Amino acid sequence: MTAYTERIAATARSRTVGSRIAASLVYPLGLPTLLLVLWGLVATRGTSKFFPDPLTIAEAFRETWVGPAFVEDVLPSLARLGLGVAGSIVLGIAAGTVIGLTHWLRELLEPLLEFLRAIPPPVLIPVAMLLLGITDTMKVVVIVSGAVWPILLNTIEGVRGTDSVMKETAESFRVSWWERLWFLVLPAASPRIMAGVRQALSVALILMVISEMFASSSGLGYRIAYFQRNYLIAEMWSGILLLGLVGVFLAVAFGLVERRVLRWYHGIREVNRA
Amino acid sequence: MRVPSTRRLRALRKAVLGVVGLTGFLVVWQLIPTLGLINPSYLPYVTDVLARLFEQLVDLAFWRRLGGTMTSWAIGLTVATIGAVVLGTVVGLVPFLRRATHTMVEFLRPIPSVALIPLAVLMFGIQRQAALVIIIYASFWQVFVQVIYGVADVDAVARDTARGFGLTRREQLTHLVLPTTLPYLMTGLRLAAAVALILAITAEMVIGNPGLGRMIELSRSAGDAAGLYALVVVTGLLGLTVNIAFRFIERRVLSWHQSVRGEEPL
Repeated sequence: MTAYTERIAATARSRTVGSRIAASLVYPLGLPTLLLVLWGLVATRGTSKFFPDPLTIAEAFRETWVGPAFVEDVLPSLARLGLGVAGSIVLGIAAGTVIGLTHWLRELLEPLLEFLRAIPPPVLIPVAMLLLGITDTMKVVVIVSGAVWPILLNTIEGVRGTDSVMKETAESFRVSWWERLWFLVLPAASPRIMAGVRQALSVALILMVISEMFASSSGLGYRIAYFQRNYLIAEMWSGILLLGLVGVFLAVAFGLVERRVLRWYHGIREVNRA
Repeated sequence: MRVPSTRRLRALRKAVLGVVGLTGFLVVWQLIPTLGLINPSYLPYVTDVLARLFEQLVDLAFWRRLGGTMTSWAIGLTVATIGAVVLGTVVGLVPFLRRATHTMVEFLRPIPSVALIPLAVLMFGIQRQAALVIIIYASFWQVFVQVIYGVADVDAVARDTARGFGLTRREQLTHLVLPTTLPYLMTGLRLAAAVALILAITAEMVIGNPGLGRMIELSRSAGDAAGLYALVVVTGLLGLTVNIAFRFIERRVLSWHQSVRGEEPL
């Protein structure tokens, strides 16, 4: 029976292998190519000067971002983003674990955290400017103060949701507190924590851009706003494109890390589903 | 008789601790400028901020700005939700479209919506439309992705059964796809409502169309610290209200659903 199905599958595979490769290329690339071509046609025919054609944008992209601008504007922005994200992860997981494990602390802080989380993060930029001035520290603090919430709250929930049988088993086997934290509580919370980190990444990127549009004389956000104010349309589009690429890169990198960290978890879910 | 009383005791304890936590936060805030740790012109006294907050609440101009912000929020959220539900259902139900749009979605979705602010300003100037572009772009993806997941989640056996019983396409949509998608849609809507509020205020801060965001920016540039902090508290309360309202709506709409009824499936 197995051999029979395998043979059938094999012939089906060999027959369609050519069309399959074609399909795997056409499906992901077809629509973007089509849209780019359409855009190009509309832009060259049309009169709207706000939508330059893709080739002009590509040219502007090369001229604007390849070279010293990359070192002066892009790298510092990314460094602040990285610091902010790292800070939120460390702070969020550390505080979240403590709050999640301490019952009375959680009840004490719950309404307060609920309120603080509800404040739209960009509103904190003027506050941070007032307290810290227009500095790099201010921008990193702004990123942390916005991105820490999803990680913190998800960690609290994840730590709380640790399986009680496992917790009691570990206790009765006299597993030490640190070992319990490291081998039981944090792994059990990690799917929730990773979900929080995913949200935090997009918040952090938004805050990086806005803090620079708002209060800066360098950086990616500042550049894009500068191009717009000076009617450098193609350059502005190239900046939007670059931000998009940063966003996509972050999403892909996060996907890889998540798959590595949560390999065991996805494995269990596969087994449960089968 | 003992069980409900301990439960009530626990709820009371929770409420008391919560109030203690909030009060503690306010006391610490009041102490920081009082003890001179931070200059009061950068971190004003809580009492000043609260006084300013109540002053705002009786000011008609404040309510007009709040109305401006919430109007942008409501229009943006509605347009984004309708668009996302329609497109998401179509794309989710047609496998060809799902495969064809996948890369496009994965590229467009992570673009931070604020990157589009300059474009929106160029196209519409300092107007509500510019803010709407940003709000709609950001909240659209929240709903769209959830709807696609939801539509794809339709149980295969249920679908085959529906087909076997000869349900029409329309009946399948209302009796099969809609109930499966609704929990996903409500999650998307709740996320989108929060995101839309954030971007409504952000857009006003950066673009300068009238509303709470511009008021925040104005009080910052005027050096009016108490006013600034009062507005930050207002936006927090606003965010909290939106969160609670949408959680309530979610529970009402999904009152039939397992996740809300809370019965353990066996």
